[in-house]
Amino acid sequence: MLARAQIWWTIFTMCVAERLAYRGDFVLGTTMRFLPMITQIFLWTAVFASSGNGTLVGFTRNDIVAYYLLTMVARAFSSMPGLASGIARQIRDGEIKKFLIQPIDLIGFSLLARMGHKLVYYGVAIGPFALVFYLCRDYFSGWPPAEYLAAFLISLVLSFLLGFFLEASLGLAGFWTLEISSLLFVYMLFNFFFSGHMFPLEILPEPWRTWVGWMPLKYLAYFPAAVFLQKIPPEQLWQEMALMGVWTLFFFFLSRRLMHAGFRRYSGYGG
Amino acid sequence: MSVIEIRGLRKSYRVYQKKEGLLASFSGLFHREYREVNAVKGIDLTVEKGEFVAFLGPNGAGKTTTLKLLSGVITPTSGEAKVLGYVPWERDNDYRRRFALVMGQKNQLWWDLPAQESFQLHQKIYRIDPAAFKQTKDELVDLLGVSKLLGQPVRELSLGERMKMELIAALLHSPEVLFLDEPTIGLDVVAQHNIQKFLKHYQQVRGITILLTSHYMKDIAALCKRVVIIAGGEIVHDGSLEGVIDRFSDYKILTVDFADDRMPSDLARFGEIREIAPPRAKIEVDRSQIANVLTNVLANYSILDVSVEDPPLEEVIASLFALTEKQQNESKDSNIAATAANVAAASKN
Repeated sequence: MLARAQIWWTIFTMCVAERLAYRGDFVLGTTMRFLPMITQIFLWTAVFASSGNGTLVGFTRNDIVAYYLLTMVARAFSSMPGLASGIARQIRDGEIKKFLIQPIDLIGFSLLARMGHKLVYYGVAIGPFALVFYLCRDYFSGWPPAEYLAAFLISLVLSFLLGFFLEASLGLAGFWTLEISSLLFVYMLFNFFFSGHMFPLEILPEPWRTWVGWMPLKYLAYFPAAVFLQKIPPEQLWQEMALMGVWTLFFFFLSRRLMHAGFRRYSGYGG
Repeated sequence: MSVIEIRGLRKSYRVYQKKEGLLASFSGLFHREYREVNAVKGIDLTVEKGEFVAFLGPNGAGKTTTLKLLSGVITPTSGEAKVLGYVPWERDNDYRRRFALVMGQKNQLWWDLPAQESFQLHQKIYRIDPAAFKQTKDELVDLLGVSKLLGQPVRELSLGERMKMELIAALLHSPEVLFLDEPTIGLDVVAQHNIQKFLKHYQQVRGITILLTSHYMKDIAALCKRVVIIAGGEIVHDGSLEGVIDRFSDYKILTVDFADDRMPSDLARFGEIREIAPPRAKIEVDRSQIANVLTNVLANYSILDVSVEDPPLEEVIASLFALTEKQQNESKDSNIAATAANVAAASKN
C-alpha cells in the first residue's frame, strides 16, 4: 500500500510539474479563467432588465448571478478539457502502449494527472475567482445551513469524479472508433443544455425536466449550485446525493470495463 | 525452462481497403471492403536465457507484431506463448516488472519534463530499491554518456539522445528480457555505433535475453549470433548469420586479377559477369561449380591474384525477401484464381 501511495504521489507531483512547463500558457489560462463569469452576469442582468419580471422559474436576478458563480465553481471541478480526446489520441498514436507494458493503470494514472492539473491550475486561478466572488458577494443571501454546506462540498468532489469517469469512458470509446470528435461534439451539446451550465434546469419544460432529473449531466454543474442555493428540498437532498453517487459508481465501473475490453481488442496502432 | 516459448502463434488483422478517389470515400460511408491480413502465421520459437536474437525480415513481415505479442501489447488470434513463464497478454504486473520494450520513442518519457523526472517515476512504478536505482542509473548514464542531458526537457533532445534516454528508462529496473524494435532507426552512424556498443556490453555483463528487430545488417552482425528471419508472417530461417548465406545463396563471387591487360572474352561461360574493370573481373559462380571454375581459370589464364567470397549479406537477404514476396503473391493469385473457378463452377451448377 505504501509503495502504491508513493507511485500515486510521484505521478501527482510530475503532473503538477508538467502543467508548469509552459509558463505563458499557464499564466494566461489561470488569470483569465474568470472571464466567462462576467459575460454571463452581464447577459442575465440584461435578460431580467428587458423582461420586467422579478423572478424566472423561482430565481431572482441575484439568484441567477449567484447560480452562475456557483456553476463556475462546479465546472472547475467537473470539466475535463482534453481528457477524452487525449485518451483517444493516445490510442490512435500508440502512446497507450505504455499502459500495457508498464505496471501502471491507465485510469488511475489519468485521474492523478487530472487532480494534479486542477490543483495547480485553480490554485493560481483562485485569486481572480475570489476577487469576482468578493465583488459579487451581495448577490448571495449568506451561507447555507451546515447540512447543505456539507452536501455542497461532497457534491463538488463527486462532480469531479463523475466528470472524470464519464469523459474517460468517452475517450476509451476510441478503442472501437479511433476518432471520437463527433461523439465528443454530441456529448458537449447535451452537456451544454442539460448540465445546467447555460441555464438553471428549472427552465426546462416537462417531460424534459423529469428526464434530465434522472440523468448524470445535471450533477456536473446544476446540482452543486442548487444545493448551495437550497433549491433542493431537504427531503430530497440525500436522495439526490445518493443518485449522484450511483452515477459516479456506474461510470467508474463502465470506464474500467471499457479499458479492459479495449486492451483486449487493441491492435497496436501507431507502430 | 526456456525464457521464451512460442507455439503456433498467429495474429490476423481485419484491414479496411479504401479505393482511390472521392467517390470511393463517399461510398465508404455505406459499404466498406475489408481484407484479412495474416501478420503472424503460426510461428514456433524457443529462446534460452542470455541469448541475443535478431528478428530480420522485410517490411510487413511480422517482426514488430511478434514483439507486440510477446510484450502483451496485443492479443493473438490463436496460439500460445510464454515469456519467463507468463502469458504476456494477461499482463500480470509481476511479468511487466521483469521485461522491457523499446519501440520507437515517446513511449516512456514525459515529453515536457527532463528525463531524470521520468526515471524517478520508473523507480516508483517498478519498486526499485533506491540504492540499486542510483547505481543502475549512474552506470547507464555513464555508459551512454548523457549525464549533461538529464536536466533538459526531453522535447529538446536530439533523436539519438532521446533513444539513449529511452534505453536507460527501459533498463532501470534491470529487466530479464528486453524487446528492442529497431533501436537505431533514424540515427546517424556515430549514434548507431554507440548504441550497438552499449547493447553488446550490457548484454554480456548482465546476461539478459534480448530480442532485437532491425533492418541494419551492421546492428545484427555486431550484436547477434542467432538470426531469425521472418517473411510473410512465417519463420524462414533460424540460425547463424553465416548460415543465412550458406542456405540461401547459391553462388559465390570469384574475383580474378589477370596478369595482362587483355581481358579474356569467354568469361561468361563460368557464370554471370558481375563487373569488369581491367585487369580485374568479378564473376558470380554457382556454388557447386566453384572448384571446377577455379581450377579452369588457374590452368588456362595468367593470373596475378584470385579470391573467392560469399555475396554480401544484404544481397542474400534482399533476394530472399524478394523471393518470399513473389511466392506470397503467386499463392494469393492462385487462391484468387481458385476462388474465381469455384464461383464459376457453382454458378454453372
